[in-house]
Order: sequence, then structure tokens, then C-alpha cells
Amino acid sequence: MALLEISKIDVFYGRVQALRGVTLSVDAGEIVALIGSNGAGKTTTLRTISGLMHPTTGTISFDGRQLQQTKAHEVVRVGICQSPEGRRLFPRMTVFDNLMMGTYARKDLSRLQDDIANVYSLFPRLKERTKQLAGTLSGGEQQMLAIGRALMAHPKLLMLDEPSLGLAPILVETIFRVCTDINAQGMPILLVEQNASKALEIAHRAYVLETGSIVQTGTGKELLSSPDVQRAYLGM
Amino acid sequence: MGTIGEAVRRRRGGLRAGAAGRILDFALIAIIAIFLILLGTKVVAQGGSFFLQILTFAVANGGIYALIALGYTMVYGIIELINFAHGDVFAFGAFLSASLLPIFGLREGGTFTAGSVIALLAVFGLTMLSCGILNISIERIAYRPLRHAPRLAPLITAVGVSFFLEGVLFLWKGPSNVHYANIIPNAGFEIFGATIGAKDLLVIGVSIVLVIGLALFVDRTRLGKAMRATAQDRDAALLMGIDIDRTIAATFFIGAILAGAGGTMYGLYYNTSVFDLGFSAGLVAFTAAVFGGIGNIYGAAIGGLVIGMIQSFWDGYFDSAWTQVVIFTILILVLIFRPTGLLGMRVPEK
Repeated sequence: MALLEISKIDVFYGRVQALRGVTLSVDAGEIVALIGSNGAGKTTTLRTISGLMHPTTGTISFDGRQLQQTKAHEVVRVGICQSPEGRRLFPRMTVFDNLMMGTYARKDLSRLQDDIANVYSLFPRLKERTKQLAGTLSGGEQQMLAIGRALMAHPKLLMLDEPSLGLAPILVETIFRVCTDINAQGMPILLVEQNASKALEIAHRAYVLETGSIVQTGTGKELLSSPDVQRAYLGM
Repeated sequence: MGTIGEAVRRRRGGLRAGAAGRILDFALIAIIAIFLILLGTKVVAQGGSFFLQILTFAVANGGIYALIALGYTMVYGIIELINFAHGDVFAFGAFLSASLLPIFGLREGGTFTAGSVIALLAVFGLTMLSCGILNISIERIAYRPLRHAPRLAPLITAVGVSFFLEGVLFLWKGPSNVHYANIIPNAGFEIFGATIGAKDLLVIGVSIVLVIGLALFVDRTRLGKAMRATAQDRDAALLMGIDIDRTIAATFFIGAILAGAGGTMYGLYYNTSVFDLGFSAGLVAFTAAVFGGIGNIYGAAIGGLVIGMIQSFWDGYFDSAWTQVVIFTILILVLIFRPTGLLGMRVPEK
């Protein structure tokens, strides 16, 4: 049984259906990419897993627990944390305080120093700016902080929503490299990206979402060489 | 929050870059200078001891407004609601503590002993707790069901809750001013010809302790951090595992216990209360919160102190009939020149 299993969920915004029978899974140790165009339902999928929205039908099971009706502030305690779209930092808190907010739901704070050191070694820029207010960081630094904050929660599954959006190419490289580094430490990642080629390069498996439905799935390499994906998402 | 404020500020920024902006700035400084010169001549004419006396009243008065203003600013900060009922929670505190005093053996003309101090602490504690519970109930019944409604709905509801509470207080003690037992001894000490009484010290002391206590609470504690995080980004706070409903309820509770302490002190200090006290005092305290930069607790504390002091100084040196005009003129000036208030947010939101 997979770590995260989503089965046939329907999600609505009011009367507008955003997800139609979405089924996907993430196994331990995997990077799974979710690609698709704007409005396909990628962010909605992550918001639903996080409990910010709830499916009308279908199930979400994680680590043996049913999560489809679990409230958002409980989901992080079960072990899922995300770096949300638009980063959503606490702009008037320092870098350090933002990282500490990531530990809010943790019961075990014994390895706090190691965790901070780990985030700072992944993102040395954050260490330089530890006392700076998050709202004054550059876009790339904010993205690093958002990922760092999610890591501080000690999740069993890390979800990243558009981590490369709006970043300079060199920073995009950095972010994707760090994703593979984090995954190499054993962290499963569910990655939502518009930058399909980069995401498929580092993903073990991937799903293609179109207007609320999964239309294609396979390994990252398979999808990279799929003519449909190439035409629609890779601009070939 | 602050997106409208930011937009306004940006427009103002453009305007201020021009010569017109410099003239406006100059006008503000000129107005302040004229006021200070007027005050200065009065102070010199009436002597230092009178000034010191007024200053004592002014700081005590400002302390009470600061305590009320904190509740407005905290609630606004976390759910962007102007809780019009907050002033009435303050008035409820004044009414309730007035009724509690005799129950705890505190009567006008009685001797004030060490036991009286404990009794007074109990009155403070019970009043603060009751105000807290009242405000939590208001949030639960009137505001929470409207959390996702358009912003006007909870605002109008808050006005309704305010009228409801004033109605309750009206039924409780009638339409006219109600005497509040004068239990604090008139003892005091003289300094340069001015008398600083036990009441002044009580109000100033308790206000300072509560404001510092709140600042430490919000800055250091887990719940305080949850409150700040929720105020800055509610979805992000949820994703970090913060229980939003509990945090918002706690904010209403803490704002109200400060108002409860303020209401008790208002009664002890001025020895009077009236059913619509919450309207007049609430309006001034709300002005103080906006003046200081709504959403910012330090701003509310400073705003309350400053507005309370302006009120007392104007009452003392000029015609008190004009006091409200002066206070709201200052509010308008501040909103023209600094739309985000004195300590309004200067950090970009995103």
C-alpha cells in the first residue's frame, strides 16, 4: 500500500467542479510530479490533501489513515506539510521565526538545532538572512524559506506547489537540485509544477492533470518522451 | 490585510513627491506647531503645578483608552473586523465590577485594608474573565458563522451586537448616569504642588503592567505566535497546524479581558458609568487604534495614550465642548498624511 493514496475524489468550488475522480498515489521515497496547465486543478489537489478543501466523494488515505474530512490544522500533525503556491510566508516575521512556525505542530522538538542546521545547509542564503523579515526577501529566498519552513514540520510527505514559479533560471536550477537532495535524504515529494520538463526530469513518476481529471500517468522518462505531453507541455 | 492601505499609500507617495506634498507636510507641521504654541502659552500662564496635575490625569485617561484600543486592534489584526461591540464589552466591565464591589465587601466610605486589595483583585479577575467569556460568545454566535460572508455582513452584525449590549445595560441600570462606588482611598502625595493620588497610580500602574504583559504574551508565547501568524496569513497558519478557530476565539478573549480591566478602572477612576458609555469611549478608543495603525498592538497602546492625553489636555486648558472635534480632526489629519497610522505596516505583504 502506498504512503498516500487518493481515490476518485471530486472537489467543488461552490457549484464549479474543480476535480473529477482524481486518483493518484505517492510511495515512500518517491518524487511524484503533477503537471498540467493553469486551472487544471493542480493546486486544488494539494489544497484538498492538506485539508483546506474537502472532497465531496472519494477517499484520501495516508499512512493508514483516512484524511478526506480531516481539518487542515490536523493534517500537518499526521505528517503532510506543503510549501504552498505563492509561498505564503509570514511577511512580518523573521526568517528564523518563519522556520520556527514550521515546527508549530511538532510534539518532538529534540532535534531542533539539527533541523535548523539542515535547512541552512540546504539554503545557505537563509542563514545569512536569519534575522531579516520574510516580507523583505527576494522571490527566490522566499521560496527557499517556504520549503525550509515545510521541512521544519518533519513531514512524512512534502508537497511543493510551483516552487519554480517566477524565479530566475539559475534559482530554478537550485530549487530543483535541492528537491532531489531532500528526496535523497529519504523524503517523498509530491511536486506540482508548470515547468513540466524540469519536473519530469527529476520525478520518478508523474501525472498529467487536465481540467480536473488525470489524463496520463507514467514514469518521468515515459512522459518526457510521450508525444502528447511533448506537444502540450514541453513546447515541442 | 493592508492592500487598500498600501494602494492608498502608493498614491499618496506619488502625490507627496510633488511640491503639493511638501506644502501638505508643511501644513501638518504648522498645525501641530500652532497647537503646541497655544498650549505652551496656556501652560506658562497657569503654572507648572496645574500642568503636572493635568499630565497625571492625562496619562491615567490615556492608559484606559490604550487598554480598550488594544481590543479593537487585535481583533482587526486577525480577522479584519471592526468589532463595534468592543466598547460595550468595556462598558459591561464597568457595570459588572460596580455590582461585584459590594459582594466582595468593598463599599464607599469603608476602610481600605490589605483584605480590600485582595477583594479588589478578585473583582478585577472576575470582571476580566466575564468580559472575556462574553466576547468569546459574541464571536461564536455573531461573527464566526459570517466568517466567509462578504465583509459588510459581520460589520453590520457588530453594530447590531453593540446595540444589543447597550440595550442589556440600559435594562440593567436604566438610562441615567450610575454612581460607581468610590472605594480607592483619597490618599496621595504632592509633587511640585500637584497631587498624585492612589487612583492615578492604580490606573497608570495597571495599564502599564497589562500592556507590557500583552506585548510579551504576543511576542513570546505559542498562542501569541499563532495569533500573529493567523493575522499575517490565515491559510499558511492552517498549513502549519494552527487551529484558526481557537486562535481567533483567544484573540477575542484577550482583547476583552483588557477591556474588562479598563472598564473596572474607568469606574474606580471616574466613579460613574452609563449604559452607552461603550459608544462614546469605544469611538475614541477606536480612533486611537486607527491613529496608532490598526492591527498593530504597540500602535494601539501609543495611540490610546496620545488620544487620551490630548483629550485631557484640551479639557484642562481649552473648552471641553471642542474636545471631540479636536480628536477627530487629528484622526483625519493622520489619515491624510499617514493612511496606515503612526506605526502602520511598512513591510510589504508578499
